Amino acid sequence: MPQQLNYLRETPSQTAGPYVHIGLAPGSAGFDIYREELGHDIAGPNAKGERIRVEGLVIDGTGSPIKDVLLETWQANADGIYAHPEHLGAVEDGFRGWGRVITDFNTGEWGFDTIKPGAVMGRNGQMMAPHINLWVVARGINVGLNTRIYFSDEETANAADPVMNIIEWERRRQTLIAQRSEPDGKAVYRFDVQIQGQNETVFFDI
Amino acid sequence: MKKPAEFYQRDLGRHPPAYSPIYKTSVARSPQYPLISLQNSASEITGPVFGHNDIDPIDNDLILNYAQPDEMPIGERIILHGRVLDENARPIPNTLVEIWQANAGGRYRHKKDTYLAPIDPNFGGCGRTMTDEDGYYYFRTIKPGAYPWRNFVNSWRPAHIHVSVFGTGFAQRLISQIYFEGDPLIQTCPMVKSIPDPDAVDALIAKLDLNGTIPLDSIAYKFDIVLRGRRSTLFENRLEGN
Repeated sequence: MPQQLNYLRETPSQTAGPYVHIGLAPGSAGFDIYREELGHDIAGPNAKGERIRVEGLVIDGTGSPIKDVLLETWQANADGIYAHPEHLGAVEDGFRGWGRVITDFNTGEWGFDTIKPGAVMGRNGQMMAPHINLWVVARGINVGLNTRIYFSDEETANAADPVMNIIEWERRRQTLIAQRSEPDGKAVYRFDVQIQGQNETVFFDI
Repeated sequence: MKKPAEFYQRDLGRHPPAYSPIYKTSVARSPQYPLISLQNSASEITGPVFGHNDIDPIDNDLILNYAQPDEMPIGERIILHGRVLDENARPIPNTLVEIWQANAGGRYRHKKDTYLAPIDPNFGGCGRTMTDEDGYYYFRTIKPGAYPWRNFVNSWRPAHIHVSVFGTGFAQRLISQIYFEGDPLIQTCPMVKSIPDPDAVDALIAKLDLNGTIPLDSIAYKFDIVLRGRRSTLFENRLEGN
């Protein structure tokens, strides 16, 4: 009889379903219930760094925008520090680094306002290019999809990024780079998530 | 400062596959390329931190948190409780647990739900709470009803409560669904059947907990949530035991 290892096993994932908004964004489901919904303010008023907007669509395998997606973001501050007790360094008062957004029911567009994160120290002392971690859940997605948003104006850092360089197919790396434009002088990054098919976004098993 | 340790690799064989054609919506919403495996860095090991100031004490009581004064929702009064643990069986304290569900008749308070069963004017259908120092959480709510959905012509979801948990790192982020012991619809549901391992399905079924009931008041169901465990950092020249 072999020795038993007494590990527990992770609770299996299930889809967030079409009514995820009721729990995680009830105002958009059509009713106000909480004093404050979480995830609307990512950086807070005191954060250093460039104020940016990131926006896009989530597109399915037929080329159609998905209109019932919930996305969560996780990022460091401008100094590359995460607002977490195990990450060395301090963040500005009010900087949480986490955001939650939903796609518009009619157009599928989503977007959030934040500051551009700084480079974060990666494994083995290798610097990671500035990036925002993104988690995508929706009806039809059985396990939340993890990806990363990198920035088109960080070409040098992106080329040296250890995670980018794990992706063997160089063409696929482009799917992680949000494209910068400056309409009305404000920095906007476009990041469409292609769930399936042509130009499918790289998703990670983290 | 203790160096953040990595999480155990997720056993994707325990989770439903992305492409599961009996659950029709997954067909066009599943990646075709394999996931790229990533060893954890600070980006995955850290995650958002919440405090008790973020939520209100009533937020975990779905019987009261949307009811009109002196009124209550209709349905079977239940307590849903349990612990949030990691795979090393250690409690995860102070983590945010969020739930949402339909009312007793299977109707969601959502502008996109058009099922003919009526809305309950005293029931919202969402709640949230923080686990305590020992990883415990509890909600008071109404047992949700089954409802039909457009998958096969005659598909009905078992009674279920959606649950969202954070843990301590972004890599532990999890959304799942809680089913109820003895519900015969569980074995017919394409979403449930997407999970290949019967033991994994069983892990999603809350068990009737007679010891947890409040006599003459509410029935209890117990449901423990297990998030990924953390590894020792053996291979980075620091011996840290589990």
